[in-house]
Amino acid sequence: MLKLQEVSKVFRVGAFGGKTMTAVDEVSFEVGRGEVVSLIGESGSGKSTIGKMVLRLMSANGGSITFDGDDISKLDKRAYYRKVQGVFQDPFSSYNPIFKADRVFSMIKEVYFPKEADRVWRDKVASALNDVRLDAGQVLNKFPHQLSGGQLQRLLIARALLLDIDFLVADEITSMLDASTRIDVLNLLADLKLRGLGVLFITHDLALGNYISERTVVLHQGRIVEYGPTAKVFETPEHSYTRKLLASVPQLHRKWEGV
Amino acid sequence: MTLSVQDLRVYYRTLRGEVKALDGVSFDVADGEILGLAGESGCGKTTLGKSLIRMDGRMKHVGGRVELDGENLPIGDTVKMNPFRFTEVSIIPQYSMSAMNPTRKIGRMVRELLDSRGVTVDLDELHRRLDLVELNRDVLGKYPLELSGGMKQRMVMVISTLLNPSLLIADEITSALDVSTQKAVVTTLKGFRELGFVKSMIFITHDISLTNQLADTIMVMYAGKLAEKAPADAIVNRSRHPYTQLLISSLPEVGVRYAEKKLTGIPGNPPSLLNPPVGCRFQDRCPLAFDKCREEPPAVEVEKDHFVACWKA
Ligand SMILES: Nc1ncnc2c1ncn2[C@@H]1O[C@H](COP(=O)(O)OP(=O)(O)OP(=O)(O)O)[C@@H](O)[C@H]1O
Ligand SMILES: Nc1ncnc2c1ncn2[C@@H]1O[C@H](COP(=O)(O)OP(=O)(O)O)[C@@H](O)[C@H]1O
Ligand code: SF4
Ligand SMILES: [Mg+2]
Ligand SMILES: [Mg+2]
Repeated sequence: MLKLQEVSKVFRVGAFGGKTMTAVDEVSFEVGRGEVVSLIGESGSGKSTIGKMVLRLMSANGGSITFDGDDISKLDKRAYYRKVQGVFQDPFSSYNPIFKADRVFSMIKEVYFPKEADRVWRDKVASALNDVRLDAGQVLNKFPHQLSGGQLQRLLIARALLLDIDFLVADEITSMLDASTRIDVLNLLADLKLRGLGVLFITHDLALGNYISERTVVLHQGRIVEYGPTAKVFETPEHSYTRKLLASVPQLHRKWEGV
Repeated sequence: MTLSVQDLRVYYRTLRGEVKALDGVSFDVADGEILGLAGESGCGKTTLGKSLIRMDGRMKHVGGRVELDGENLPIGDTVKMNPFRFTEVSIIPQYSMSAMNPTRKIGRMVRELLDSRGVTVDLDELHRRLDLVELNRDVLGKYPLELSGGMKQRMVMVISTLLNPSLLIADEITSALDVSTQKAVVTTLKGFRELGFVKSMIFITHDISLTNQLADTIMVMYAGKLAEKAPADAIVNRSRHPYTQLLISSLPEVGVRYAEKKLTGIPGNPPSLLNPPVGCRFQDRCPLAFDKCREEPPAVEVEKDHFVACWKA
């Protein structure tokens, strides 16, 4: 469904853009329908940059990104966003603080479903909220700062789901969530995957990636250092960097070495 | 340093009434102890942390008292708390990394902060501490934007412990960091205690696996109350409160896969703190709830240093 071929992104940095830095370096991988692929790496490794390119929030400098065979940069944006949506790490930053939650949903209706009857729409919203285990009465009449991080994150997932999308870019969406909410969100993604949703699951936590994904891409300084079935990457990591990441995951019954 | 909190109640004033975010919590922190504070989002962890150092305008100290080394800590009085902040009690607030003033260079920020405490910067000491956390000294000439998340977090740690506070409160300081940086931060905090920069600590996080890497004791809160408090190893291996048990079973341990073993979260949501239920606040979600749970369970010491507030424990 989604295919990246030798995708690169070079940023201009320094005072006058005199220097360059390669954030993503000839990255290729695919995500199929009903598949979750984890994109794993430390902070700064280029994960979010890849996510942003897939969501067309920035363009690539090289290589190609296709969706169902079409070059995404050539697709009509609105049509593309009907199928592909993103949710990000910091829910507070991706949410306009002056809108209450119901306003956010009605804007989606105005843009994408102007013809839908209000009653049908209300039911849809209620069921999307139910999917993410939010109580409509508790969240809809609130401003973002009145919701907890977990509630807001689930609200944003519900918003993405309302569009009945085919593909979701989930960038570190669980790092601000508590354990119970986190597992709900992961299970939700896994259930949606069974319904055919493709997911690019961006995380720095190998344990989470391992929990839900079929295949794993490990990224280090913009380059892929390991790519394969999750179980294999996980059980017999070939690259020392992958092993280091694995050793850093905090585990309940094992103490970190050297701390 | 010893901290003793007795029956502390702190509410938020809102248009719709009082949010009972902290509703009768008692515990002690011993000299040199690291207390890990855990619990779901919204259970009152940040409220507790803020209460011990600076209440915001909407918070109201409704009851209970806090003692530091046997002396009353005037937590409800912002002005009277001034002499204690940074020197006795210091906090690394949640989201502090993103709250750094983007228009100030780091060095200037440190200077202004210390000025406001009437202290002059001991540059040698500051440099020594930057070296310790492996930050290049030239960060002082940089803007926050130029630092990575991990660097910012280490900078905040250095600033908040510069005056060697007895008690450091660290609120969710690792949740925005990647796993290797989390490990570095935890190592640094332990080092700070060893070097005497801080004596005791309250380490707030929703991640029990992480807390267990650092804390001597873990306290689990639920809906503004203490659910369980025990040595870290007892919480992890033989917790007695149904809430703690469910919280732990929802952790994705390394190696567990959805396709093979589906983990479950805790069904339902925490109750509204505007009108919390009478009795045990976990009763709506608790698989073991019975009639008696309509009365409030007291925190009982079931074995040495292991406190549980549950009728079934
Ligand atoms: N300014 C405020 N006005 C009203 N209610 C508030 C305010 N700040 C917090 N609350 C409420 O107080 C309760 C405790 O909030 P607190 O921030 O202490 O939670 P927390 O345990 O730190 O959660 P998290 O893990 O999300 O940081 C919540 O129900 C929250 O909605
Ligand atoms: N708009 C930008 N301008 C310049 N550099 C950037 C920009 N966005 C990201 N970078 C740099 O690209 C690299 C990869 O960043 P990012 O994709 O955000 O990493 P990750 O999501 O893996 O933490 C980092 O070194 C980052 O500083
Ligand atoms: S007191 Fe009752 S409802 Fe509360 S945790 Fe114990 S058994 Fe469950
Ligand atoms: Mg990122
Ligand atoms: Mg908090």
